[in-house]
Amino acid sequence: MTEFRLLWLIPLLPLLGAFLSGAFGYRLQRRFGERAVAVVSVGLPWLAFGAAAWALLRLLSQGDVHALGARLWTWIAVGGLKVELALHMDRLSGMMAVMITLVGSLIHVYSIGYMKKDEGFWRFFAFLNLFLFAMLTLVLAGNLLLLFVGWEGVGLCSYLLIGFWYRDLKNARAGMKAFVVNRIGDFGFLAGMLVLFWGLGGSWSEAGYRPGEFFSLDFAELPRLLSGAAQRTLWGVPVPTLAGVLFFVGACGKSAQIPLYVWLPDAMAGPTPVSALIHAATMVTAGVYLVARLNFLYLASPTAMTVVAVVGAATALFAATIGCVQNDIKKVLAYSTISQLGYMFVGVGVGAYWAGAYHLLTHAFFKACLFLGAGSVILAMHHEQDMQKMGGLGRVMPFTRWTYWYACVAITGLPLASGFFSKDEILWQAYNTAGLGVPGWFLWLLLFLGAGLTSFYMWRSYFLTFTGQTVKIHGEEPEEQRPVITGVLAVLAVGAGVLMFVGLPEAWLGAPPAFEQYLEPVFKHGGLARVYPAGQGHGVELLLMLASVAVAAIGLGLAWWFYRGRSSAVPERLRAAFPRLHRLVQDKYYVDETYDAAVVQPTLELSRAASWFDSRIIDGLVNLSGGVTRLLAFLDGAIDKYLVDGLVNGLARLVRAAGAAARRWQTGRLPNYLAGLALGTIVLFALVRLLQAALGW
Amino acid sequence: MEHPTTSTLLTWIIFTPSIGLLLIGLLLLTRPLTQLTQATLDHLSRAIGVFFSAVPLVLGGLLWASFDGRATGMQLVHHTVWMRAFNIEYFVGVDGLSVGLVLLTVLVSFVAALASLPWGIARDDHHHFSRRAVPGYMAMLLLLETGMLGVFCALDFFLFYVFWEVMLLPMYFLIGIWGGPRREYAAIKFFLYTLVGSVLMLLAMIALYFASDPGALGQAAFTLADGSTGKHTFNLLNLAELGRQGAFGAAGPILGVAFPRIVFVALFIAFAIKIPMVPFHTWLPDAHVEAPTPVSVILAGILLKMGIYGILRVNYPILPQATLWAREAIAVFGAVNMVYAAFVCLAQKDLKKLIAYSSVSHMGFCLLGMAALTPQGINGAVLQMINHGIISPALFLIAGVIYDRAHHREIERFGGLARRMPEYTALVGLSFMASLGLPGLNGFISEALTFLGAFPVFTVLTIVSAVSVVITAAYYLWTIQRMFLGPLNEKYASLSDLNWRERLTLYPLGALMLLLGVLPMPVISLMDPTLRALIEPLARSAGL
Repeated sequence: MTEFRLLWLIPLLPLLGAFLSGAFGYRLQRRFGERAVAVVSVGLPWLAFGAAAWALLRLLSQGDVHALGARLWTWIAVGGLKVELALHMDRLSGMMAVMITLVGSLIHVYSIGYMKKDEGFWRFFAFLNLFLFAMLTLVLAGNLLLLFVGWEGVGLCSYLLIGFWYRDLKNARAGMKAFVVNRIGDFGFLAGMLVLFWGLGGSWSEAGYRPGEFFSLDFAELPRLLSGAAQRTLWGVPVPTLAGVLFFVGACGKSAQIPLYVWLPDAMAGPTPVSALIHAATMVTAGVYLVARLNFLYLASPTAMTVVAVVGAATALFAATIGCVQNDIKKVLAYSTISQLGYMFVGVGVGAYWAGAYHLLTHAFFKACLFLGAGSVILAMHHEQDMQKMGGLGRVMPFTRWTYWYACVAITGLPLASGFFSKDEILWQAYNTAGLGVPGWFLWLLLFLGAGLTSFYMWRSYFLTFTGQTVKIHGEEPEEQRPVITGVLAVLAVGAGVLMFVGLPEAWLGAPPAFEQYLEPVFKHGGLARVYPAGQGHGVELLLMLASVAVAAIGLGLAWWFYRGRSSAVPERLRAAFPRLHRLVQDKYYVDETYDAAVVQPTLELSRAASWFDSRIIDGLVNLSGGVTRLLAFLDGAIDKYLVDGLVNGLARLVRAAGAAARRWQTGRLPNYLAGLALGTIVLFALVRLLQAALGW
Repeated sequence: MEHPTTSTLLTWIIFTPSIGLLLIGLLLLTRPLTQLTQATLDHLSRAIGVFFSAVPLVLGGLLWASFDGRATGMQLVHHTVWMRAFNIEYFVGVDGLSVGLVLLTVLVSFVAALASLPWGIARDDHHHFSRRAVPGYMAMLLLLETGMLGVFCALDFFLFYVFWEVMLLPMYFLIGIWGGPRREYAAIKFFLYTLVGSVLMLLAMIALYFASDPGALGQAAFTLADGSTGKHTFNLLNLAELGRQGAFGAAGPILGVAFPRIVFVALFIAFAIKIPMVPFHTWLPDAHVEAPTPVSVILAGILLKMGIYGILRVNYPILPQATLWAREAIAVFGAVNMVYAAFVCLAQKDLKKLIAYSSVSHMGFCLLGMAALTPQGINGAVLQMINHGIISPALFLIAGVIYDRAHHREIERFGGLARRMPEYTALVGLSFMASLGLPGLNGFISEALTFLGAFPVFTVLTIVSAVSVVITAAYYLWTIQRMFLGPLNEKYASLSDLNWRERLTLYPLGALMLLLGVLPMPVISLMDPTLRALIEPLARSAGL
């Protein structure tokens, strides 16, 4: 690893932007207008892009160097655990950093147009810059713990941006849902780190477990540590499997896979550039990145790989079905994102890391293009998102239309765009997999069906939006957006096209795709199998390619037939024929409702029960013991007052009474005293005599 | 073991606030002569309060500079005989366990003194705690600081006990006189609860005193600071030395229970009440809800740390065998604290009560971490004390900000405040995120260390505890949503954002949250050698 300290510039430039626009943006915007804010907070991401590209070129120019590193200081060092505050750029994280800064900067530019005249303009850019910082920390982190900083950091920014228009409680709720569901995933991430620490950080002997002398969460060290611990089991599960599945729980949260995908459709409450940047191009792919980053862990556990691939394939198909009946254009794209992320997980799940990463890259461009196109439409429609109320926009918004059209070509896997190559590589690698807990053809079948549905719902959105009679808003036709918006669309569409050239398949060229060669050093590990190939020939690959194109064409054809120009009555008839199925899918299989009833409400019930127990039972006992003490004190007081004091007072009273009686004798008259004296003397003498007689003295 | 006096710095730090107390007393006594007006007297008292809590802060900087983090023993010792009849000494010093807490105390006390100023409070609000009986209030605050610092520095059990009681009294008055509507109930509850603990501690202390006889081990008698000898001792370091040699195991059982165990339990309950540990925690929400803001700040920031500190200073070294016997129970109590209190938080309607319960939940980390007896666990536990000592004061200041303006704290009755109070909202967000353990902020470091340290030893328990991480996120975000987001509640449309008093108290704490999140090693390296030395013999006996 070569030291390259300027790597820190890449995340810190956007952080500086976040600080500047967060601390001074409000005043800047008031004094000098939006432009002043934009200069700072759009300029710095571009600088970060420059830094990232520079660093990546530097890495590539040093052919024998595996990665660039940059260490700031020791973050945590306790016992055998040592964690550095260190960045690490290999070819995978370099690609991610360049993609994030490029797409991110483009979306920043677009946002200048989209967020125009929003009083929270400065706040929006502060959050967006902060997001870039967190996302870049995530991909460039040199160890798991620092990655986790970025991991939760992007979650925080996502929360802040989904709820950006917080005055509508619906948006605020969506933000909260995203954060809490992500936290459930993060719980898995944390547990995965704990299992690794347990499994790799200690040593076993006859006497039991001992904390280790050395433990690192460094990506450079973990493969070596793991190779010595692959046989260990916890709760009867091998460490790599347990850790792999737990990290995948984290990935499911961040990358919106079954069962934790529910937050992503709601996240569309955020401004559209946010949906494009965070909820399509970058943050949601963090889970895929994590699995690719931890490839050595997953390769050590076919079980964990199977889990990743199966969940990915199931999500890909499941989300695609929902996408077919959504009417909100952003919801369609959201379900499409969930589905596409499923494809990526199948790629990394079957060990074809480069294919997963390639689809991640192409998806970032065409999905960002789709979202931003949708944003352009939404602006033109005065924030109307229901596709049923759109139509014919193609005529008045040609730029938006053709970029959206090309992105549709890419996502639906029609040739002549990058999506075709990246998706087909995944389908092929899935088919060509053996040795996992699930047959390769089964994964392929799920993805294949998903591809057909994808084609259908994407072209459906295209036809509903851009074809037919042009709608009027307040009596006027919608207008094309400014170049700051359409220009970005064009750049992204070009990106979605150009990227196809790095992924031309082996079946065509006879050599591995350029992108696979590019990433090869990252996934090359001594002693570990690279993938689990079933050894199918290129003939099969070409056949599968044809099948994919066919199914995409069928989807396109059906969408054309049903929705082009809104002339067909078929969708209506289908809906009438299967009303319950339609409702089931349109209501998203009632998963949200089920979670609410099965998780959210019981949790709230439990919290109320705990609170009741606390105030009534525990505090009740405390107050009861207080009350009992007071009762005892009262009884004690009563005894004291009436019994003890009663005796004392009784005695006193007796004495007083006696005194009062005796007082009468004190008349103060001398003759009485003399008489008394005489009488006393006589009595005494009498007594003495009596005693003498009685005692015989 | 000899510990000659090396510095009087700690004595100065401990008793500087008391000088302020005496000055305020002098002002009150000479009032017939000086004829000061009430307003002048109030101002003077405030000035004295702030000044005499600022001086220990400066001296704290000196303490930090002169403390050697690589050493494990006691430093900056001040040692002299106090009551020869019972071998009681004035013996203060700091090691890695206490130095962080001393620094925290001087910081939080200063913040509390600033927060006690009526700066920014509406002029007509005569019932505000900061305008009522000011000299008495400031005097109590200064006395409290002396008590707290004394507890963290005392190395003689009797001295420790005296400071422990010194701390109790001003707290009682601060809650009982300057508190909210149910202040008397809360103050008495606090007082009685703590007193129960004090009685147990007193009994355990006397038991240890009479069981401490080096002659039984065939060793020479204890040497006091002036060279004379004594048969028994209150000296915590001597007691620890005896405990290490197993001297207390030989002492006769009490009530049929082995001596070390029953003494351990008595001390543990005494300290657990302060933590507070479920089920001895219900005094805390009441005390917090009624206490004025600065008192809550001190209560959450420092007083709660005394429980964990006491266990680590007294139970762990003096009764190692009983510690090993009890560690699983301690871990279970820790997990219960975390998860149970987190669920209770979710149901709270009063902001301050929610924060109080979150303190209970977060102190559970300390119990779990210290029970694990791993380097990461113990460092996580003690660091959690420091971090919670920075975050929870900020949270209570935050509750104070809204209470000063709206005169209630019911979460549900607000809404959309972010629009009117953006700066306040940002600081609330930062503090909540630090408290819920967002990576990059300080709370995360100690939580992660605790989990990493505890997991190898208590696998299932740690996973169960980690559930609290999700619940914590839920209750904080839900609170933010209900108070700050959504449409603005027009009733609160005129609320003003932070004033300078609030900024001066909140920003330093916020800066520390950020700083210790990325740069925790200066704190960890202060305490790590001491903590390792503390758990090392225990871990060896436990076979870890």
